[in-house]
Amino acid sequence: MNKHVKPMTLIKETDFGTPDSTSNLMVTLEIDGQQITVPEGTSIMNAAMQLGIQIPKLCATDSLDPFGSCRLCLCEVEGRRGTPASCTTPVAAGIKVSTQNERLAKLRKGVMELYISDHPLDCLTCAANGDCELQDMAGAVGLREVRYGYDGENHVFAKSQHDGSVNGRFKTKDESNPYFTFDPSKCIVCSRCVRACEEVQGTFALTIDGRGFESHVSASMDEKFLESECVSCGACVQACPTATLVEKTIIAKGQPEHSLVTTCAYCGVGCSFKAEMQGEDVVRMVPYKDGGANEGHSCVKGRFAFGYATHKERVLTPMIREKITDPWQAVSFDEAIKFAADRFKATQAKYGVGSIGGITSSRTTNEEVYVVQRLIRAGFNNNNIDTCARVCHSPTGYGLKQTFGESAGTQDFKSVDKADVILVIGANPTDGHPVFASRMKRRIREGAKLIVIDPRRTDIVRSPHIEASYHLQLQPSTNVAIMNAIGHVIATENLIDRKFVNRRCEKGDFFRWEEFIKQPQHSPEALEPITGVPAQQVREAARLFATGGNGAIYYGLGVTEHSQGSTMVMAMANIAMATGNIGREGVGVNPLRGQNNVQGSCDMGSFPHELPGYRHVSNNEARAVFEKEWNIKLDNEPGLRIPNMFDAASDGSFRGLFIHGEDIAQSDPNTHHVEHALSSMDIVVVQDLFLNETAAFAHVFLPGTSFLEKDGTFTNAERRINRVRKVMREKQGMAEWDIVCRLATAIGYPMHYNSAAEIMDEIARVTPTFAGVSFDRLDELGSIQWPCDDAHPTGTPTMHTEDFTRGKGRFMLTDFVATAERANRNFPLILTTGRILAHYNVGAQTRRTDNVAWHPEDLLEIHPSDAEMRGIKTGQKVSLASRVGATTLTAKVSDRMPPGVVYTTFHHPVTGANVITTENSDWATNCPEYKVTAVQVTTSNHQSEWQAEWETREVENKRIGTKKLEPAE
Amino acid sequence: MITVYVPRDAAALSVGADEVAAAIAAEAKKQNKQVKIVRNGSRGMLFLEPLVEVETAKGRVAYGPVAVSDVADLMKGGLLDGKAHKLSHGLTEEIPYFKNQERLTFARCGITDPLSIDDYRAHGGFQGLTNAIAMKPIDIVTEVTTSGLRGRGGAGFPTGIKWKTVHDLKADQKYIACNADEGDSGTFADRMLMEGDPFCLIEGMTIAAIAGAATKGYIYIRSEYPHAINVMKEAIEIARKANWLGDNIQGSPYSFDLYVRRGAGAYICGEETSMLESIEGKRGIVRFKPPIPAIEGLFGKPTIINNVMSFAAVPIILDKGGEFYKNYGVGRSRGTLAFQIAGNIKQGGLVEKAFGVTTRQLIEDWGGGTATGRPVRAVQVGGPLGAYLPQSKLDVPMDYEEFAKVDAMVGHGGLVVFDDTIDMAKMARFAMEFCAIESCGKCTPCRIGSTRGIEVIDKIIGDDNRAKNLVLLEDLCVTMTDGSLCAMGGLTPMPVMSAVRGFPEDFQRPAKNKFLADAAE
Repeated sequence: MNKHVKPMTLIKETDFGTPDSTSNLMVTLEIDGQQITVPEGTSIMNAAMQLGIQIPKLCATDSLDPFGSCRLCLCEVEGRRGTPASCTTPVAAGIKVSTQNERLAKLRKGVMELYISDHPLDCLTCAANGDCELQDMAGAVGLREVRYGYDGENHVFAKSQHDGSVNGRFKTKDESNPYFTFDPSKCIVCSRCVRACEEVQGTFALTIDGRGFESHVSASMDEKFLESECVSCGACVQACPTATLVEKTIIAKGQPEHSLVTTCAYCGVGCSFKAEMQGEDVVRMVPYKDGGANEGHSCVKGRFAFGYATHKERVLTPMIREKITDPWQAVSFDEAIKFAADRFKATQAKYGVGSIGGITSSRTTNEEVYVVQRLIRAGFNNNNIDTCARVCHSPTGYGLKQTFGESAGTQDFKSVDKADVILVIGANPTDGHPVFASRMKRRIREGAKLIVIDPRRTDIVRSPHIEASYHLQLQPSTNVAIMNAIGHVIATENLIDRKFVNRRCEKGDFFRWEEFIKQPQHSPEALEPITGVPAQQVREAARLFATGGNGAIYYGLGVTEHSQGSTMVMAMANIAMATGNIGREGVGVNPLRGQNNVQGSCDMGSFPHELPGYRHVSNNEARAVFEKEWNIKLDNEPGLRIPNMFDAASDGSFRGLFIHGEDIAQSDPNTHHVEHALSSMDIVVVQDLFLNETAAFAHVFLPGTSFLEKDGTFTNAERRINRVRKVMREKQGMAEWDIVCRLATAIGYPMHYNSAAEIMDEIARVTPTFAGVSFDRLDELGSIQWPCDDAHPTGTPTMHTEDFTRGKGRFMLTDFVATAERANRNFPLILTTGRILAHYNVGAQTRRTDNVAWHPEDLLEIHPSDAEMRGIKTGQKVSLASRVGATTLTAKVSDRMPPGVVYTTFHHPVTGANVITTENSDWATNCPEYKVTAVQVTTSNHQSEWQAEWETREVENKRIGTKKLEPAE
Repeated sequence: MITVYVPRDAAALSVGADEVAAAIAAEAKKQNKQVKIVRNGSRGMLFLEPLVEVETAKGRVAYGPVAVSDVADLMKGGLLDGKAHKLSHGLTEEIPYFKNQERLTFARCGITDPLSIDDYRAHGGFQGLTNAIAMKPIDIVTEVTTSGLRGRGGAGFPTGIKWKTVHDLKADQKYIACNADEGDSGTFADRMLMEGDPFCLIEGMTIAAIAGAATKGYIYIRSEYPHAINVMKEAIEIARKANWLGDNIQGSPYSFDLYVRRGAGAYICGEETSMLESIEGKRGIVRFKPPIPAIEGLFGKPTIINNVMSFAAVPIILDKGGEFYKNYGVGRSRGTLAFQIAGNIKQGGLVEKAFGVTTRQLIEDWGGGTATGRPVRAVQVGGPLGAYLPQSKLDVPMDYEEFAKVDAMVGHGGLVVFDDTIDMAKMARFAMEFCAIESCGKCTPCRIGSTRGIEVIDKIIGDDNRAKNLVLLEDLCVTMTDGSLCAMGGLTPMPVMSAVRGFPEDFQRPAKNKFLADAAE
């Protein structure tokens, strides 16, 4: 045994008590006889901590602004009166501070004595035992007795200690939230939870109610947490210094003993978490303060909804079946892999090399994606590879590559702290990207202006202390029109940043664009009948964006999932260039990407036309690098995109598919068509955690691993490569990249890696933008934003600072072309889709957690006037029908959409929202037009035909048999 | 036409001034006499309210206290001619209570029609502001500094220095905020001025606005002052119409407008930072300092916050000069203070006097001793957070520094008098109880300490471990004094410890037999 191996311990970030000052002016002072120089504006407490002097504190923590309420951190400053609080007192040049002397010790003890006189003495059985700041402070000040006794006024006991009468101050524990409890009897009213809810999360759900001794924490209007405005981000739980707000897992299991930093597997924000463990058991997830993307914050999904990893429905054994109507047979990995390999080989032998393909997952690690694309390109020896980015952000990749030269967002998240005008288009950040939304809201509260372009009144338009200056509530599918109108105003009102354009952009393309955009048909007035947005509003919003300082564009799938998704991305890039809002902090064009590793899966060569690093397969030089590395000749023709695969499957030429961690049967548009394609294939292999909707059509099921079992990296929306660390062994016994390697080997293309780190080393060798990336380097730096190479050894937070990746920025012409999908007499409403905070994507993970408490089913939001016309009331079942299909779900009358527009989410398979959506897609990338479907809504009292089929299949196609076939349960 | 004055001041109204005014009007009509009734402010002799005055050739003659039932008799007896009557006090100006004051701030109060801008101007109103408009802002600040004016809300911070801080800061917006949340027990000077001479406050705030380059001001008035709120709102409207507020005041480059904000019943909102929170629409809790409000005040902008009395002292300073004002007073306490004599007192009322007068002079020469006729045992000076002075300290001159030397404070100038039947242990308990009820709850010493303070004093009174609990009470008071975030918790120990130290015998009485005590009640 080597005693010198660094043991795993519980990671505890240093708490400096108050936020760091960002001033450039330095101040030198003396604390307890030691000199220190710190930025002006630093608190005495923070400066002391930098010297290693821990001044006792309870209400201060460095994620929150100082508050000065607990009065434990009092200090003395030579020559000044009194005992100022060190958390609220800024440093000053030359002052001499004492943090400890007899007077201060007595004061602190006096304060602690008061605290403990109204606090239970059940430390040994308390959930916070071992992690309680109150306990620590009682120890630090040497509290030995509470002379007040315990018979006075208190919030501790349900009944009077004298006579057993009811204690009106006592409040019972609130256990309504599925993840944490609120025990008012342990509250010390430090307001950290309230401040965290305000400052960190920005929801303002918590407040202190009452005054004086009656002061108490109140969720909304003294409601239960679950019923209040609380969004369960857990910032309050994290901020609580006692057991007042504590995770239920901690109550059940006790304190963790070690932790590892890893990365959340939900949305594209990519939050860093400490997985706090007891052995291989995750006790809780705590957002990591040094995580670049989230800096110590999280949402309800990342912090709490990890229980799916150990959910009983998770499949841990490989399974196979002859036909998709057979029950599943559990087999060994070797058997399953051989079965799959034989069928793939046979299919290729019979129908040709191009008859099979694969889909990579945006939820798995870069290393896993890389290995899957190698399986397809080298093992299947074709380019029939695509990824779910096809159905979300492929237009981003295309549009930004055309204009800027790189298929990724231009900024880091922190950049928003310097934005002056924030333009949010087709994104619902408070639900979809909540941790980034909190950052954005903080900036807006500081005074940045907000413009929202969305058909729906999302929460960011108006919420506590947030209000958009303009909400351009456009008709769905008219994004390009409104963006052109904005461009028109900027060009015709002389608001173009000519200095930037002249220096940074292609002149010819710019002049062409300028001439184009100035044409009268692009004026807000001309487009008003199409967009439905008053021209004056568009003009004012355009002026604000062009003249309000740093302008930053953030957008989501409401931009990309349209027939003109790519055009819209380019239109936004045009505006950013025209106003000079590229290439520094506070500006940029920023996609809010959906899945945790959708950026990474694109980077790793998941597209049929692009090798890792976005190099075209026809590029001989690039192909040669891989041919040498993989020792095989590669196809120079792009392969099939997902929709092409479905079409080819339906016509019989495409017959085998390897689907990694992606539920295309639920998430892809026009479910009927997808199901038909899948049923037509000879071999469908699904590698996933659960028997998902797609698995109903599969012949081989290979069990995957959750993020907690993975070793590797995720790349988030800001191009940040974060480490995913394995906190427990693979529950099914094998790393996912290893399964893929074995499949490749079984097919006849030997593939082998010893570790995920080795895969990343190969990625770095073959991908110039990843040249400087390795696991060691990531461990050292925490995270890296690509490009990372010799020129940018620590990565690139802001892109295109001097030049664009493509050299000069390129303006593109963006003609507005109306979608083919139009409302008519039979389908008079437009359906648009989105998601909500508690759930993630198709819900496979979140539906298997207590997050269902917030959203047990998908609802159809319909405007009061449309509802009244149809006699629809909230809670009623309605049929939602389009040209391609119908489904039945529950209605919710809501004025968030304008009349004529209905809205739903797609988190629950039974809803089958994609039964409705059509195959219309983006002209450039085939990204489906999820956001626009003409529909009719009618009252209904029965499920749709498809839902009946689904229910049958849910039972039939997911049967797991034993050797002897038994009737289904 | 004979002019009769019947105050509209809330103190007068509370004893029937409206009814008296109506009765006089009715009686005049009956007697077919032409009478003009002016609803003036109070002269401050509250023991004479309702104090009816009649304009005569010799001056205004006072009658009071006048009840409705006295009116017919008075009118018959020649009230309208200023004739003698058992309720007559002769010329108002000659009543010693009034005559012996030094009225600078309250010079017009009770004399003019509060809502007549002409009356205000006729009595020297807006002269200070007119001068100020002609001065450089920094010279206004200098004049205020010269006057030696210190914050009349109680803290006594030099007003000129505060103004200078705001004057020197550059900001896109600055504010003036007037603290009219007069919550101290036994105080009513702010109310009396707002009801009796509202333009004086408007003028003072406008001068401050010019000095500090502020364009917006707020007057935060407690909800318990509905009459003051109404008068201030009306006065602001009148001043706006006459261009003494609004854009380019009187053709000057200065613009300033004023708004009234109503409190919601919390004593703590009289603490300046809580008041700012409340004006901003938030829960009234104390902010830590620094940053001081002069630098980051209302809505985070530089703000001059002063008490009503401070702003109201400014017009005369700008009218007659800082030196004139400074010539009143003693030591570093310059000018006058409006003392408010209340509690167990024969002649309660407002006495404006230069600093240097003693508590004993005020309660004996003006107050005329206790209402019960019993000896004075204690006087609480400076509101509920002020010290209880025993007889031995009644001759300390009213002076911020002299009072501090004896662990007391002048505060807002309120005096509450108690006779020898008072139990000072109960008063100490009351001080803690007041703090427990009014604490904002932000900082621990005040939030929990005040409640524990009540309990500890109860134990002392009940002779439960009395010696140990007296030590604990003293420790608690140190924790509250040094540990509290604001003066609420920080000063609560002042009345408590002044009672313990000044009246130790009250904390050593045998515990009452509970059975007997209950039986007695």
